[in-house]
Amino acid sequence: MKYAYYPGCSLEAGSAAYDKSVRAVLEQLGVELDELDDWNCCGATEYFSQNELVATSVIARNLALVDGEHDQLVAPCAACFLNLKKTDKLLSEQPVMKGKVDEALAAGGLSYRPGRVRVRHLLDMLYTDIGQEAIRAKVVQPLNGLRVAPYYGCQIVRPLNGFDNPEYPMKMDEMFEWLGAEVVDYPVKAHCCGGHMTQISEPEAFELIRRLLQSADEYQADVILCMCPMCQLNLDAYQGRVNGHFGTSFKLPIVFFTQLLGVALGIEMKKLGFGKELVSAEPVIRSKLDGSSVGAAT
Amino acid sequence: MAEKVGVYVCHCGSNIAGKVDVEDVAKWAGEKVKDVAVSRDYKFMCSSLGQKLVEDDIREQGLTRVVVAACSPHLHEKTFRRACSNAGLNPYLMEMTNIREHCSWVHKDRAAATEKARSLVSASIERVKFQEPLEPMFVDVNRATLVIGGGIAGLQATLELADAGYPVYLVERQPSIGGHMAQFDKTFPTLDCSACILTPKMSEVGQHENVTLLTYAELEEVSGSVGNFKVRIRQKARHVVFDDCTGCGICVEKCPRKVLDTEFEAGMGNRKAIYMPFPQAVPRVPVIDTESCIWFERQKCRACEKLCPTNAIDFDQEDEMIEIEVGNIIMATGWDAFDTRKIPQYGYGRLANVYTSLEFERLCNAAGPTNGKIVLRDGKTEPKSVAIVHCVGSRDERHNPYCSGICCMASLKLGHLVLEKTDAEVYSFYIDMRTNQKNYEEFYQRLLGEGMRFVRGKVAEVTDAARKPSEQGKLIVQCEDTLVGRQQRFPVDMVILMGAIEPQVDAREMGLKCGISCSMEGWYTERHPKLDPVATMTDGIFVAGACQGPKDIPASVAQGAAAAARVAGMITKGKVMIEPIVASIDEEGCSGCRICNNLCPYNAIEYDAEAKVSRVITALCKGCGTCVSACPAGAIRGAHFSDRQIFAEIQGALWDAWQPRGGASEEAEAVPVSAP
Amino acid sequence: MVADTPSDNRSKFLRDVIADTPEGERIVHCLQCGSCGGSCPNGAEMNYTPRAVIAMIAADRREEVLTSNTMWQCVSCYFCTSRCPQDIPITEIMYALKRMSIREGKARKTDAPALAKTFTDLVEKYGRSFEFGIASRYLLFNRPMSMLKSSGMGMSMFAKGRLALTPTRIRQVKQLRAIINKARELSQHD
Ligand SMILES: Cc1cc2nc3c(=O)[nH]c(=O)nc-3n(C[C@H](O)[C@H](O)[C@H](O)COP(=O)(O)OP(=O)(O)OC[C@H]3O[C@@H](n4cnc5c(N)ncnc54)[C@H](O)[C@@H]3O)c2cc1C
Ligand code: SF4
Ligand code: SF4
Ligand code: SF4
Ligand code: SF4
Repeated sequence: MKYAYYPGCSLEAGSAAYDKSVRAVLEQLGVELDELDDWNCCGATEYFSQNELVATSVIARNLALVDGEHDQLVAPCAACFLNLKKTDKLLSEQPVMKGKVDEALAAGGLSYRPGRVRVRHLLDMLYTDIGQEAIRAKVVQPLNGLRVAPYYGCQIVRPLNGFDNPEYPMKMDEMFEWLGAEVVDYPVKAHCCGGHMTQISEPEAFELIRRLLQSADEYQADVILCMCPMCQLNLDAYQGRVNGHFGTSFKLPIVFFTQLLGVALGIEMKKLGFGKELVSAEPVIRSKLDGSSVGAAT
Repeated sequence: MAEKVGVYVCHCGSNIAGKVDVEDVAKWAGEKVKDVAVSRDYKFMCSSLGQKLVEDDIREQGLTRVVVAACSPHLHEKTFRRACSNAGLNPYLMEMTNIREHCSWVHKDRAAATEKARSLVSASIERVKFQEPLEPMFVDVNRATLVIGGGIAGLQATLELADAGYPVYLVERQPSIGGHMAQFDKTFPTLDCSACILTPKMSEVGQHENVTLLTYAELEEVSGSVGNFKVRIRQKARHVVFDDCTGCGICVEKCPRKVLDTEFEAGMGNRKAIYMPFPQAVPRVPVIDTESCIWFERQKCRACEKLCPTNAIDFDQEDEMIEIEVGNIIMATGWDAFDTRKIPQYGYGRLANVYTSLEFERLCNAAGPTNGKIVLRDGKTEPKSVAIVHCVGSRDERHNPYCSGICCMASLKLGHLVLEKTDAEVYSFYIDMRTNQKNYEEFYQRLLGEGMRFVRGKVAEVTDAARKPSEQGKLIVQCEDTLVGRQQRFPVDMVILMGAIEPQVDAREMGLKCGISCSMEGWYTERHPKLDPVATMTDGIFVAGACQGPKDIPASVAQGAAAAARVAGMITKGKVMIEPIVASIDEEGCSGCRICNNLCPYNAIEYDAEAKVSRVITALCKGCGTCVSACPAGAIRGAHFSDRQIFAEIQGALWDAWQPRGGASEEAEAVPVSAP
Repeated sequence: MVADTPSDNRSKFLRDVIADTPEGERIVHCLQCGSCGGSCPNGAEMNYTPRAVIAMIAADRREEVLTSNTMWQCVSCYFCTSRCPQDIPITEIMYALKRMSIREGKARKTDAPALAKTFTDLVEKYGRSFEFGIASRYLLFNRPMSMLKSSGMGMSMFAKGRLALTPTRIRQVKQLRAIINKARELSQHD
């Protein structure tokens, strides 16, 4: 199996752990991931707030860069995934816009035919294409005893994902059940982390973050699993400030789901980017799991 | 000899004239189309004056053919056929052109619509010239009627007919009749006890000398046509011999296997493996549910058999096929409940104290699993606050776009019951309060007075994720109070989801068996939404109750009675006319290949082995035309749909293609109108 | 009967919003049910709930809507869109309102529009962005006090190697800019 890979800006620095673990896990699973050459920023929500045509053109450049050897583009970040997918949809359904985007792309010597590239989220690809059997076969360190709270956030499950329920997604839950973890079924797993609100109005953002931490905490989760850099950042980096703001004392490690998947596959924790999170995850993982085989495959 | 065709173009008020230049069409036909002797336009052709116009012209001008360009033949073909008959013209020499549904209603451009109307009229004129006089056939109407579905609508229809002295077969798939009404405690808006008004009707049906009750039975197949349907019914094995059982109930009492009753009790209570759905069941003959019976599971037990005083248990009983003949059929198969799990944000199935409306009906029912005590799922705690959520799966493009019509009122009823039986606060979360039947608005006023709280806003989600201490341990109903314009959270103990009323899952399949169609959603389509609400497009098949669309009990009863009245009318008349539009086989041409025999969907072709030819049984033939097109020898002819008629019609429709400057002339003769 | 093309006695504002929103025609089917307003994680902070905004669009209350904070409080979580019983693309309408308010000079001098601008400037310069860079750069220029408050966190992020000082520059920045400039030019035509 072979996929074009669009890491997105966040994975370059702030969420390098995600990038690292994605690459390590897919290598372990024998999946070929080819980074899209010279990709550009998807514009997050910010271009769409200013100019729709510029937004879609900027994103369409990435779709146009996918070469003939690939017909699927995998994105791990929620915003990138949604933007790429939404743009492909807009271009297929809005002929007037498509005409203009074609012109804009042509100014850069590029072109794109809507529908040529299938945009996938990483979770969908792992769950659907690789699947239970292949993943289970590679598990060397079952996650028995570890209570994980899968956190889906917004933009991967809504509105265009097509692979899971937008209100009550289950695919990550199921995947971690395959891995032997105790999956916490808590009610806010598809609620909002506040997105860029942390940078606009902190009290409001903090309240959204608190709700998530509180619910996962009430359900006695050991770690929260994210699949979006923004979610991980808000829940992890702001956790201390949220505690300060509300007088709470949450100490919940927030990791990318691929990091823990990597642990189950026996990949060494260092290779999975552990240690970059502000609330350290390693102690609880090592203490709950039979530490001996953590990282055994490498 | 050339025919003399009369053409009549209807304005239908502005329905047609608003988009089609009817005067132009009439004038054009009169002046330019060959063989047209008279051509007129008229405000309302279907009025008595309009009909008279046709009759007079036939008499005075000696018309030999008539074309009426108006609405759908479904509506007025009969009217104009009658007019022709009155004036002495064979009714099958009249053709209707639909320039309303097929033209004025679906087009925007007046000039183009007028152009199309010309084409359609021209097609009819060319066709009608080749139509032949046909003699309608009459058959006797079987006096028996089949009613499918023993809910309140079906019961009403059954009783009306049985009381009038006509035999009725009532087929119900559940072990007892009663339908959904049997599950309710009270009924809005009068708060009558549901059982008190329903069970007398049930037992009357059960005991009526004119009623053959077939419960735990399914419709298998319908053949024949109006007046003479043949119906096959599968009597599912009860494993209790009907005639031997006295209904003492010892078997039920002693059966050691208890299972959750997901049907009558909506999952709120249990039943045994051998059971009657409820104490007042009609008939009082239990059935063994082979899925849960210990004997069928592992060949042990037979307790019921040992204890039955009349030896009525029969483990070897098998399904039985029953064949009956009836003149008419009434469909009264009712509704099914929306699966509230499809809206996960409301938490049904995940949050214990979220209930469906049917579950709650059982919970507050004096004869229900808690004897009517309103308690949470723990079986003991009385709720201090209850939220009733409207429009769950209704008025929602992702589920059912329509309004279920009854749930606003049912919400008020349930709210009243909670207020009456507990000290709880009750909230109703509604989008619009729909109370548009007699005494319904008054009932709403009553609940306003009783202190039920109304919040205008569709519930966004129900959650147990508390945000503050006052929300701990509660179900929080989050919504926008749209009248205030603010998002609000209401912590409550119990939530009731007023799920939509949906068509039965097999409604479409059942409809197909009887030859009637469904709307997009799956409700049976009535012949006319206003003027013929209980008949269908298939003669002899009627609909009543919620299977035709969401409705309350009064409306279901009214439809049941209306359908019965229609059937009684047919029986009283004694004979029905059958369209003479049937196939016939030219025995000279038939090679005896028998291809048509198996193709006929109505089994209307028999083979005469001696003469080695196939023959059509006219009484069974529906004129579908399958055999006509299949016969390799071209020996079958469909009356009223001959090749000549159809080719002429096509040619007429394309008049401007072979007559570029408009108007038929001598050149028309140059185009051969013939069967290939 | 078939409905004719809707006679345009719709408000000007409504027509503009429809024109600027993909699948915006659905907006006229709003039931005013409030699923959107009830679902919005930031609904409580908005001047008007999304539902109210829809009513105000139909009622031509352009000024009040475009100067409100509602769309700037939207975090694009798509809860409203996925729950709307009438398939109304509410999140996209929020984007359209953001664009309109910037275009018409109505956007409040709040942080959100400025943040958006900072972000896209960065993309135009490098071809890529980086979330903390924006935050710090943006905060530095806009709210230096807040920058100080969160600097503790900034420091720990830096220590963990999660805070890049500049984004990576893509090779074909020129190509990207050509595309952007063309798109910007084309979007001014209507
Ligand atoms: C929660 C709730 C509360 C309500 N409360 C009230 C109220 O207080 N007052 C009021 O006026 N209305 C009320 N209604 C509406 C009421 O339920 C309906 O008006 C009524 O049930 C319609 O009757 P019916 O006979 O058409 O259908 P049903 O009651 O659904 O009966 C249909 C019968 O047909 C049988 N059947 C179905 N398919 C087949 C088949 N293929 N073969 C054989 N048999 C078949 C079924 O088993 C059933 O017995 C309420 C509805 C709901 C959802
Ligand atoms: S044989 Fe079946 S129905 Fe009879 S008593 Fe046993 S379990 Fe019940
Ligand atoms: S009757 Fe009331 S609750 Fe039921 S769908 Fe209609 S508006 Fe909603
Ligand atoms: S959810 Fe949809 S229908 Fe309801 S108020 Fe919002 S936009 Fe209107
Ligand atoms: S997308 Fe925006 S308006 Fe809609 S619910 Fe989320 S934050 Fe609110």
